Amino acid sequence: MDFPILIVGGGISGITAAVELAETGREVLLVEKEPYLGGNVAGFNNYFPKLCPPACGLEINFRRIRSNPLISYYTSAEVQEISGTKGEFRVTISVGARLINNRCTSCGKCTEVCPVDREGPDSYGPAKKAAYIPGGLAFPMKYTIDAEICQKEACGKCVEVCDYNAIQLDARPVEIELRAHRIIVATGWRLYDASRIENYRYAGEPDVVTNLEFEHLLATCEREHKKLTRPSDGETPKRIAFVQCAGSRDVNHLPYCSAVCCSASVKHALTLAESYPGIMAEIFYIDLRLTGRNEKLLNKAEQDDAIKLTKGKVGRIERDKNGNGLILEVEDIMAGTRRMDSFDMVVLAMGLVPNRFLPAITTNENGFYSAGQIQGIYPVASCKRPMDVASSVKDATAAALKAMHR
Amino acid sequence: MALAVCTGCGIGDGIDMEHLMQVAGEEVDGIACMKHPALCSEEGIDHLLRLVRDAGADRLAIAACSPRVKSEQFRMDGVYVERINLREHVVWVMEPDDEDTQMCAEDHLRMGLANLGAISDIHPYIPEQVHSDILVVGGGLAGLTATLDGASAGYRVHLVEKSDSLGGYAGRLYKLMPALDGHGELREPDTSVLAEQVLAHPEVEVYLDSTIGSISGEPGNFLVQLENGKETSLTVGSVVVSTGWKPYDATRLGHMGYGLSPKIKTLEEFEKHSKREKIPDRVLFILCAGSRDEAHLPYCSSYCCSAALKQALYVRERNPEAQVYIIYRDIRTMGFQEEFYKMVQSDDAIFLTSGVVDSVSPDDARVRVTVKDSLLDEMISLETDMVVLATGMVPSSTEDLQLQYRLGKGLPEIEYSFSDSHFICFPYETRRTGIYAAGTVRAPMDLESSREDGAGAMMKAIQCIECVKRGEAVHPRAGDLTFPELYMDRCTDCKRCTEECPFGAYDEDEKGTPLSNPSRCRRCGICVGSCPERVIGFADFSINSVSAMIKSIHVPDEFEEKPRILVFVCENDAYPALDAAGVNRLKFSPYIRIIPVRCLGSVNKVWISDALSHGYDGILQIGCKPGDDYQCHFIHGSELTEQRGENLQETLETMMLEPERIRTRFVEITDYREIQKIINEYVEELELIGPNPFKSL
Repeated sequence: MDFPILIVGGGISGITAAVELAETGREVLLVEKEPYLGGNVAGFNNYFPKLCPPACGLEINFRRIRSNPLISYYTSAEVQEISGTKGEFRVTISVGARLINNRCTSCGKCTEVCPVDREGPDSYGPAKKAAYIPGGLAFPMKYTIDAEICQKEACGKCVEVCDYNAIQLDARPVEIELRAHRIIVATGWRLYDASRIENYRYAGEPDVVTNLEFEHLLATCEREHKKLTRPSDGETPKRIAFVQCAGSRDVNHLPYCSAVCCSASVKHALTLAESYPGIMAEIFYIDLRLTGRNEKLLNKAEQDDAIKLTKGKVGRIERDKNGNGLILEVEDIMAGTRRMDSFDMVVLAMGLVPNRFLPAITTNENGFYSAGQIQGIYPVASCKRPMDVASSVKDATAAALKAMHR
Repeated sequence: MALAVCTGCGIGDGIDMEHLMQVAGEEVDGIACMKHPALCSEEGIDHLLRLVRDAGADRLAIAACSPRVKSEQFRMDGVYVERINLREHVVWVMEPDDEDTQMCAEDHLRMGLANLGAISDIHPYIPEQVHSDILVVGGGLAGLTATLDGASAGYRVHLVEKSDSLGGYAGRLYKLMPALDGHGELREPDTSVLAEQVLAHPEVEVYLDSTIGSISGEPGNFLVQLENGKETSLTVGSVVVSTGWKPYDATRLGHMGYGLSPKIKTLEEFEKHSKREKIPDRVLFILCAGSRDEAHLPYCSSYCCSAALKQALYVRERNPEAQVYIIYRDIRTMGFQEEFYKMVQSDDAIFLTSGVVDSVSPDDARVRVTVKDSLLDEMISLETDMVVLATGMVPSSTEDLQLQYRLGKGLPEIEYSFSDSHFICFPYETRRTGIYAAGTVRAPMDLESSREDGAGAMMKAIQCIECVKRGEAVHPRAGDLTFPELYMDRCTDCKRCTEECPFGAYDEDEKGTPLSNPSRCRRCGICVGSCPERVIGFADFSINSVSAMIKSIHVPDEFEEKPRILVFVCENDAYPALDAAGVNRLKFSPYIRIIPVRCLGSVNKVWISDALSHGYDGILQIGCKPGDDYQCHFIHGSELTEQRGENLQETLETMMLEPERIRTRFVEITDYREIQKIINEYVEELELIGPNPFKSL
């Protein structure tokens, strides 16, 4: 009997690889560093081009995980070390101190008494305490405690109210040694640090947000039936600018194209147009890259009066001294002019960078994992090159087959 | 039969559990019962196992939390477990310690027990012989990758190619783009290496000059007839379709001048030209020739920007004196291809112009091209020696699969004639189980993506065979061991099941009688909903089992002013949305009674009339969104519900009932607030309309 196939990363790609392998009869082990599965997409409002919620596909996959005994998963866990070779890798995993254990029934009493507020994506639902659950569709459906902000034994209120003896504030991380037949690396992506593009004032201006933050904002508004407001003063913005290629296609930052940001911004603009009449969206771009059937989104945006598409690179963003919001300086290529215009809110369409966990796997010069470097280890999806969800799912399924090669 | 109730998580505080267990005793004589303050705890599970063992029960009702939580804890070999969701659907969303909440909990218990009493034992469908060989149709890059990867995983693969050689489009290329980072040189094509590996693999059988005569049967057992003059027949378990694409017919692009002169070529022709022929001094490329154009191909063909940039380098390489013009709308070089674009841009003899071509006019000496330059906003005129049209990608027709299916010979298509699937989350779920499209027949894509796609589709093909061997359904009801069983004596050959099955699971014999192919089935139950004679059912989901649930509840008489509303929720999105509402403690009317269904399309009309004659005041059906961007996991379940809704309105009319008594709504899984609004507003509306007159009959 082969050792299980290890999958590092429990986002949409890792989950896909896990269920596809398990349903083919292979034992798999999924390791996720966050307390929940689903990765980035779990906090998304919708996918392009269908504008449908990611939770829908995730739910099906979570059900497949729940009902399949061939899948084991560790959350709050990170791979520390990999040694050995194809067929018999030795892996050390550190399973973080999850202060709430499997006895948790998700009754929610800990959140009710928790005195510590927690910042986090708004889409995580109303209760944002150190003891929390990221929304009603989270998997696994059990609470967790943010160990960094929890007052631990100094407070202990949650321990008192928990009827199920599920909270251990003194829990320590444990190290687990495993053997693995093959390893699929699906560590995914994060945004390039927006504060490094100084001209765009992300660090000092609350109304300059990243596309991921805007996604979370839309998720909250859509799910919770809330009004869309801007961070600085809670007013409803009337004009929102989308700045494409924020970091991408820029030799000073990311020389590559991040592949998803054009479709994402057009998706955001269309979501605004549909759900928030009265808000104007203007997208500033170099090229609009919506390939395949995503083109249809672009057609819709072109026909929508609430959306304006302007070819031009945004040079800088500044707060208007007269209180008229944020001023964008744009080189309007079609008009052949330099334009200054004011907006209530600016969304930076940030580029993607790969999440890495092991220096041992070679990367290309952009920091993405290269395929085929170590026999039996397969990097997939957005830690390999920037790609959208549809492509990631495809690549993860393909990698599952590579991991089954004899 | 046994029952375990949990009093944890507030359930015991909100509901009189003693009374609940008493109700169970009234419903099922001598039912073995237990109660525990934390049923999912180790101690609780111990008790539960003892209960089941002592009672010798093979059916167990657990009245506690949602079936979506603690699934691993409550999974028991050889025992059918019915989860009665008192937590998320009752206690967390209704007033505790309240008469109506108590009644709601008791009715949900009754429904769960009724279901357990009405279902049959599950015996999976496993064909006598399940074949593990796999057929790959089309020997281009996707097909070759699929073949080699499948064979490397230990499966025997039959690769059928209609031409006399392997490689397809990729095999005809002069050169390839630089590897990944885009900085390097153009590479020599490597498809022939892949083709040699395929030909040399001991687990691969290649059939050149062959086409498909017919494919019949079902996953695990497809019979394939090849047409190659040799009467070859194969038996395979599953199929990968990688028949690729063809360029859009350039003669239909009137103003592009194709066909008027050999100086106007397509990308594909120029690929061949570059290998041997002389390259003139001036070459002009026109991007989006047909693509991104409502009159031709509304979509972006994805590969052409990079392909044209690559060919621009052919020109420069083969004729260093040459100048290149590229007319584009947007340059779409995604990911690391961007760096390749930069490399091309840095060549002083390659000029990129953003614009739309107005006319292409060849004469004996040259070709004149007029372009509306989008930057200058004026018409410019260019002279060149050769024009290359970047024609778009048209998927090949899957009709050539010659499927012997009642619903057609090819794969059902989504817009733009690409084969249909939930292309974001589940790209390989074509509507013909066991037959997986890969590469450019599925979506426009480049070489790298086609490779990945070939492997992905092969993975699903292998998985399907393994699932059939175990008698299990594939996604989305992965692992389901039930399948549709037909009571043929009462079948009237009305053909509704054969027509409405989204997966083509039903064929017909010569007399028009439905022939079921259970391995093709994805267990959505739409046939259960479609059958007017009510002869189709699954072991644990049948006309009888759901009817029994509907009729099990106690309906108070009209003077008590306690309406009863039956809510059919699709288990895929609406049910989890209700759970999420529970987690958020949103309040619901206690008059609702919830029955989950496999798909809204599985709701049979008889359940509606059962409910109305039993005295329910209204019926609400909540499912996933239909339409072009459908979210229904079974493609058109919700659409069918809408169509059937018209018939139901007629039923209401004949019963002299108000049209409001039946309502259908669609939600997304994240619509927990919306679903609260839908349900509570419906209850209020029905309260105004007043009780169902059949209540007291």
